[in-house]
Amino acid sequence: MTATDAFSDDQNTRDIPSRPEAAEIRALSIDGVSHSYGTRRALIDVGFSVAPASFTALLGLNGAGKSTLFSLITRLFGIQHGRIGIFGHDVARSPGEALRLLGVVFQPRTLDLDLSVTQNLLYHAALHGIGRRDARGRSQEVLARIGLSDRASSKVRDLSGGQMRRLEIARALLHRPRLLLLDEATVGLDVKARADILGHVRQLVAEQGISVLWATHLFDEIGTNDDLVVLHQGRVLAQGKVARVIADAGGSDINTAFMRLTGSAAPDGGQTS
Amino acid sequence: MTSVTLEPVRRGFSLAEYLTCLSGIVWREALRFLHQRERFISALVRPLVWLFIFAAGFRQVLGLSIIPPYETYILYEVYIAPGLMAMIQLFNGMQSSLSMVYDREMGNMRTLLVSPLPRWFLLSCKLLAGTAVSLLQVYAFLLIAWFWDIAPPPTGYLTVLPALVLSGLMLGALGMLISSGIKQLENFAGVMNFVIFPMFFASSALYPLWRILESSPVLYYVCLFNPFTHAVELIRFALYGQMNWIAFAVVAGCTIAFMIGAILAYDPSRGLIRRGPAGGET
Repeated sequence: MTATDAFSDDQNTRDIPSRPEAAEIRALSIDGVSHSYGTRRALIDVGFSVAPASFTALLGLNGAGKSTLFSLITRLFGIQHGRIGIFGHDVARSPGEALRLLGVVFQPRTLDLDLSVTQNLLYHAALHGIGRRDARGRSQEVLARIGLSDRASSKVRDLSGGQMRRLEIARALLHRPRLLLLDEATVGLDVKARADILGHVRQLVAEQGISVLWATHLFDEIGTNDDLVVLHQGRVLAQGKVARVIADAGGSDINTAFMRLTGSAAPDGGQTS
Repeated sequence: MTSVTLEPVRRGFSLAEYLTCLSGIVWREALRFLHQRERFISALVRPLVWLFIFAAGFRQVLGLSIIPPYETYILYEVYIAPGLMAMIQLFNGMQSSLSMVYDREMGNMRTLLVSPLPRWFLLSCKLLAGTAVSLLQVYAFLLIAWFWDIAPPPTGYLTVLPALVLSGLMLGALGMLISSGIKQLENFAGVMNFVIFPMFFASSALYPLWRILESSPVLYYVCLFNPFTHAVELIRFALYGQMNWIAFAVVAGCTIAFMIGAILAYDPSRGLIRRGPAGGET
């Protein structure tokens, strides 16, 4: 199925016969997206999709265009060419419906350091129109899940890097999105914190059926059963199951497959999983 | 035949969701303001220095005739009080714009901009929150000024409120528009030199316009076309229970124009903001 097929105008609650287009609604559909900063082309005809309840790794070196793509998906930038859909809702035409289904963790920290952990969560909830009582309940719930209940009233600036990241993930889940985007979420963290966060996100996919797009430049964050999209210099070079991408590229592992595809050396810290 | 059940996806947002969002943004702005006590103190000290020192010295130099809305001769301190109230709002508007640039650099702005509610609404909430903060500052100033014998009619404290809301919105919208064009915090010093000082000094805040006309007709017309002049006059008249319709029309018109400009500037498809990725991102 092409990403274009995944767009539809109305996705209200209903029983739908097993027509292919209904059964195959994608969590995220990116179709022919290009973006330029002046004369510099950051993304060139990018197209791929993320299946519901799946973990998709977006692998690319620094400068590949991952953050630009995230800015387009979250509507921080306007889409110059192509279409992006979230569960069938066109981001450009129905941004409210699309963004309501989306949780996002950006590469730079976006927490308010002067507010407490709970205040950050309540602010985020308000931005999604979630009332104060409901928001408090959800905050306690997500804080318990990430093991930060005892830091609920701490100032965010007093948290460690790993705790801040976990809080950002919790915040992104507060409005119960169906698609979660994480842009280099483990950058700057130690090995244990990285493993904890990655494990937590995989658990969300397995237990809650959340779809995840995980942007990274680290090979060891990619599992053998994951879906993989290789982005290089603004172009998608390969996509599919990890084993398929490796086989198609003629490599023995992700590392060699990536090198064959891009002609680049492994990124710092990159190891095959 | 199998079936696929899709989860309900609501269209649009309820009034309660809009109000929750508004209260959340105002609440966050209030928390920020409370955390920055220095900001509150400096917002008060600035006009008080003008009132206690500058006005006291200038009182003997500048003669004031009886001009509306005043019905008798007044002290210079009384004359500049509305200008200083508008100055508080001018600085507050620019401070809000500074914090928007800071939020954008630090990444906090993304939290706001990826909200599913319409962007015009989010920016309007931000504007209302900033105006509410400026009102607190102005009334604190008026309280202190009362001890300095600057005492408008008691009803003036009430009648000036709508004028303060409107002027606060105009100056806040101007700050928001300016913030959309500033890429880095370092560039913000230019706002002081090219916006705040010219707007304040080329206005009727410190001298009546007829006085300026006597000394420089060119400057008179600059002052006349300065929206800040009309904000000052709107406040001045409202403080004495009167309405200056021309000032009202100019301030209302500028508020709408600046707000539309800011909304367009923050619109991702047309906006001026963030034409490139932030540092470290690709």
